[in-house]
Amino acid sequence: MFDYNFHWRPVLKNLPDLLGAGLLTLQVAVLAMVVGIVIGLALALIRMHMRGPLYWLATGWVELARNTPALFQLFFFGFGLGAFGLHLSPFAIVLCGLSFNCAGYLAENFRGGFQAVPETQLRAARSLGMTAWQAYTRIIIPQVFRIVYHPLTNQLVWAVLMSSLGMLVGFRELSGETQFFASRTFRIFEYFAATAVIYYVIVKIILLASRLLAARLFRY
Amino acid sequence: MIEIRGLEKYFGALQVLKGIDLDVAKGEVLSVIGASGSGKSTLLYCINGLEPIQKGSVIVDGTDVHAKGTDINKLRQKLGMVFQQWNSFPHLTALENVALAPKIVKGKSKAEARDIAEKQLRHVGLDDKLNVFPSALSGGQQQRLAIARALAMEPTYMLFDEATSALDPELVGEVLDTMRLLAEEGMTMICVTHEMGFARDVSDRVAYFHQGVMEEIGPPEQIFGNATSGHTRKFLANVR
Ligand SMILES: Nc1ncnc2c1ncn2[C@@H]1O[C@H](COP(=O)(O)OP(=O)(O)OP(=O)(O)O)[C@@H](O)[C@H]1O
Ligand SMILES: [Mg+2]
Repeated sequence: MFDYNFHWRPVLKNLPDLLGAGLLTLQVAVLAMVVGIVIGLALALIRMHMRGPLYWLATGWVELARNTPALFQLFFFGFGLGAFGLHLSPFAIVLCGLSFNCAGYLAENFRGGFQAVPETQLRAARSLGMTAWQAYTRIIIPQVFRIVYHPLTNQLVWAVLMSSLGMLVGFRELSGETQFFASRTFRIFEYFAATAVIYYVIVKIILLASRLLAARLFRY
Repeated sequence: MIEIRGLEKYFGALQVLKGIDLDVAKGEVLSVIGASGSGKSTLLYCINGLEPIQKGSVIVDGTDVHAKGTDINKLRQKLGMVFQQWNSFPHLTALENVALAPKIVKGKSKAEARDIAEKQLRHVGLDDKLNVFPSALSGGQQQRLAIARALAMEPTYMLFDEATSALDPELVGEVLDTMRLLAEEGMTMICVTHEMGFARDVSDRVAYFHQGVMEEIGPPEQIFGNATSGHTRKFLANVR
């Protein structure tokens, strides 16, 4: 019945490649988060303060990002744009897809964060003579950042895991690389088991780093 | 000197201030009393430009608050404001709360800003709380922190919007004492308040607001002892 023999040697041999691919995974996830934070912040501010076409664009973005499969979003930047003759590199496809998705989710997190800071904080800051920019950067956003800090961490974890979809558009991040070696050696279980451990370790490192950083950042 | 002329303020179709004329001279303490919704807070917001106005003008030391070319951020440095909700900045220590605006608005050096902050925190009796976060302060202490924060900008005028009404009764006294101290030091103050004792003892004049109109203004003896307006008498009879 159960006569499968485990062969870990090929996995060990390719471990450096897998770890390298793990770094690529981390890289694309972090980049997507950076882009996602900037765009997500903009989307949140637009949705809170503007009306008209920009509002609808931002709302449409958030709705699509949150309510359609992440895989479809990735395919849009791959095969979708490809159909119009715009061919992105696999790295760019994954970066765009993840950023699109992260921005949508983060926009809602930011919006909740802004709403949780009392409006009177802004009035108090402005009454001291601060410009709107100063009031936002010194008073409002630091408080919002604290509120969205843990959701941000979760989103980064999610981006790392979601980047595994990249293998479906030919991106050789951790999952793509694993697939590549697995199909060459037919040691499918071994490779994916090893990769699961690598994902696990990456996520744990992110969570630990986030906790250490929070202890330094938040004094109150 | 603050000169208010024919001030009208609407929120949408609702007229909240219906033509206010009022002068407040340097050194004067004016208390503003009146029922909830009569427009007292809105008046203060119109004075420091936190709310736009629809008609009339507010002139502070010769500068029109609502004129297009006015540098409102500069003008607000003259107009310290203390709110009902004490609005401490929760992510900053008491010292940082007070030092921030002198630093980033007035461009003071870090050391100067720190000195100013220490001085003002001592002024309001919080010199033992310099490095404490607001969450560890009582409501009364947070309100005194807010006063110190406003004073650190070295304002010419202080606007108080019911500075004590969100406080537990036993904490009201310490804040009123701080306001009394400022009055004694000669600060020009406009105090929206429900504390009739304070209005009577500390103010030079008391203004009674009724549904967006300044019904009556005069020395406390007149308002509390001999009000001419029926609305004023009725209001005072109810609060006492
Ligand atoms: N931002 C706003 N939008 C719409 N209406 C407002 C706004 N702020 C105040 N109002 C209305 O304006 C009127 C005057 O409000 P204001 O806060 O100035 O009264 P107040 O005299 O300070 O009352 P209170 O003693 O309750 O603080 C009220 O009817 C209030 O509902
Ligand atoms: Mg009010």
